[in-house]
Amino acid sequence: MTTLTLGKALNAGMRRAMESDPKVLVMGEDVGKLGGVFRVTDGLQKDFGEDRVIDTPLAESGIIGTAIGLALRGYRPICEIQFDGFVFPAADQIITQLAKMPLRSLGALKLPVVVRIPCGGGIGAVEHHSESPEAYFTHTSGLRVVACSNPVDAYTMIQDAVRCDDPIIFFEPKRRYWDKADIDLDAPGLPLDRARVVRPGRDVTLVAYGPMVKTCLEAAAAAEEDGRDLEVIDLRSLNPLDMAVLEESVQRTGRCVVVHEAPIFTGLGAEVAARVSERCFYHLESPVLRVGGFSTPYPPSRLEEYYLPDLDRVLDAVDRTFAY
Amino acid sequence: MVANTPGPASSPEPGPAHGARSDVGAVRPPGASEDAEVLRGYYRQMALIRAFELRSAEMYARAKIGGYCHLNLGEEATVVGLMAALRPSDYLFAGYRVHGYALARGAEPGRVMAELFGRVTGMSGGRGGSMHLFDAGLRLLGGYGIVGGQLPPATGAALAIAYRGAPGPDSEAVMCLLGDGTTNIGAFHEALNLAAVWRLPIVYAIVNNQLGMGTPVEAASGEPELFRRGCSYRIPGERVDGNDVLAVRDAALALMESAREEHRPGLLEAVSYRIRGHSVVDPARYRSAEETQRVRDLDPLPAFRARLIEGGVLDQETAARIDDETERTVTAAIEFADTSPPPPVDTLFDGVYATPVPNVFTGLPGDPPPDGQTTVTTLGES
Repeated sequence: MTTLTLGKALNAGMRRAMESDPKVLVMGEDVGKLGGVFRVTDGLQKDFGEDRVIDTPLAESGIIGTAIGLALRGYRPICEIQFDGFVFPAADQIITQLAKMPLRSLGALKLPVVVRIPCGGGIGAVEHHSESPEAYFTHTSGLRVVACSNPVDAYTMIQDAVRCDDPIIFFEPKRRYWDKADIDLDAPGLPLDRARVVRPGRDVTLVAYGPMVKTCLEAAAAAEEDGRDLEVIDLRSLNPLDMAVLEESVQRTGRCVVVHEAPIFTGLGAEVAARVSERCFYHLESPVLRVGGFSTPYPPSRLEEYYLPDLDRVLDAVDRTFAY
Repeated sequence: MVANTPGPASSPEPGPAHGARSDVGAVRPPGASEDAEVLRGYYRQMALIRAFELRSAEMYARAKIGGYCHLNLGEEATVVGLMAALRPSDYLFAGYRVHGYALARGAEPGRVMAELFGRVTGMSGGRGGSMHLFDAGLRLLGGYGIVGGQLPPATGAALAIAYRGAPGPDSEAVMCLLGDGTTNIGAFHEALNLAAVWRLPIVYAIVNNQLGMGTPVEAASGEPELFRRGCSYRIPGERVDGNDVLAVRDAALALMESAREEHRPGLLEAVSYRIRGHSVVDPARYRSAEETQRVRDLDPLPAFRARLIEGGVLDQETAARIDDETERTVTAAIEFADTSPPPPVDTLFDGVYATPVPNVFTGLPGDPPPDGQTTVTTLGES
């Protein structure tokens, strides 16, 4: 077993992917010499060279576009978008080209591109640096969207993402980069498309992903003191959704709360709530509730604590499910 | 020719370019035509920016400033030179390294510092922070945190000027600031091309501090002499020594004049060097101690001070007095910021829309949830 932070686990996962396949490349702004703003690619350029760990100009559209070209010719690029809010200049290439080319070629072309995006708030940053843009991409057919929440998953999910022949938007919870865990570097991970029950419980199903999984686990620990037994599910895959795990859980608990940092309005929670309602209607004791950000641009650091869902807001929603 | 421009030894000597000035960059004593009071004013502004930025770094380290914080240290001559070329009626768009420009444009230091502190008395009510300084009255239209985000809007502001009025000495004009790294993002091309084909009164001023975060200009730009990029659009490009406040001002004035009088866009590159990291939290390990020392030797503030003293415009005593005054101004700004309250949480939704919008949910923790999430109380009663 090796103890690694989430950031170092991603680094170790990319390192292993690069070792096992010479077609795997890393590209992005300051990913080489600097090792990335969050040091996730630290040391990779030193060990694999400037041809495989490419420092790009400030040109997000160009980064994704050239990655598409590389992938069309058999390479497997891992692109780093420096911060969540910086992905929008690349949105055209991601949504218009990356997501659609496999269909245009009726499957003749594969686009094994991984777009890594540090996401979410909690580090005292501001707009562009704290956003949760996952719903823009889950809404786009042709993309697979995943989010890791802990070091163990980070290590295996990044390797699975690189092996996948479809384009993957890979969200990393930036405020959890420094969380540590023991990792067996040779143990296979849960498949990329699977959700995980990270804490079994009887009373309410909490559904989260990325940074909010830990928040939900803390909420579950607090609720235990009040005699409530909360189940926590880490979605891991945001598109597609692993509905089998969700259904099984909600059919047992009868209550479901979805938690994410992104604004609630047309966020991923809306899709989860709709699907759970359709599949588990006769098992539900209350409507599926959502906890998330407010409908405002991401606030400055002094107001961040009000904006971000926390343990109290999760528990408040749990209480509300018992009012029905 | 461009002489005395700080740059890596490997950078090729730039040749003549369309519109290039022959005298820029040469260290000149202040000419007899320069007003001594104006020169002392430039020194005062540069000293103010230096003091403000050093204390900002300190306040960031003391967690008084949140978010990210990018300083103009080493760029003071460029900042003051560029701002000296603007009239109050001109519009200014900037990137995220914007504190100095706001100060030189005339923003009250206390309001700038309060914005960095995220306080309600800040220029943007504490909602913008370090990167998003706005002041419509000063015609400072941001403060843009995304690289290149300011370029198309600045071009649009120039289009509005061109719509409203004819070229002439009284025409307004736009200055759009950008960093060296910004010249590589797609918006740069779109904006300059539009400005050229529509003949817009705008000067794009590249503040080349030689590093895009940790990446040197040469590693990121196919044409590292960035002023030459204007030729793709037949936009006159010029390079000046960004450590020379008067050279920057003169070059900017000439381009602003063309923008005003002919509605012809211009491209100015001022080459300086960023003394510290990309942001306050960046230790800048990507550059060597020798390189850092070499650029410290080119520090524009002591150089300008020495130049003014040599030219008899400033004496040691006056310089020391100005330094003291700027220190006091910055201390007062910090006090003002620190004693101002943060924005109240119930203003979280203020300003999201310009007008009241029906049916937009603006609930806060503790408020009744939105329609469709019926409240506990209602349910208990039903």
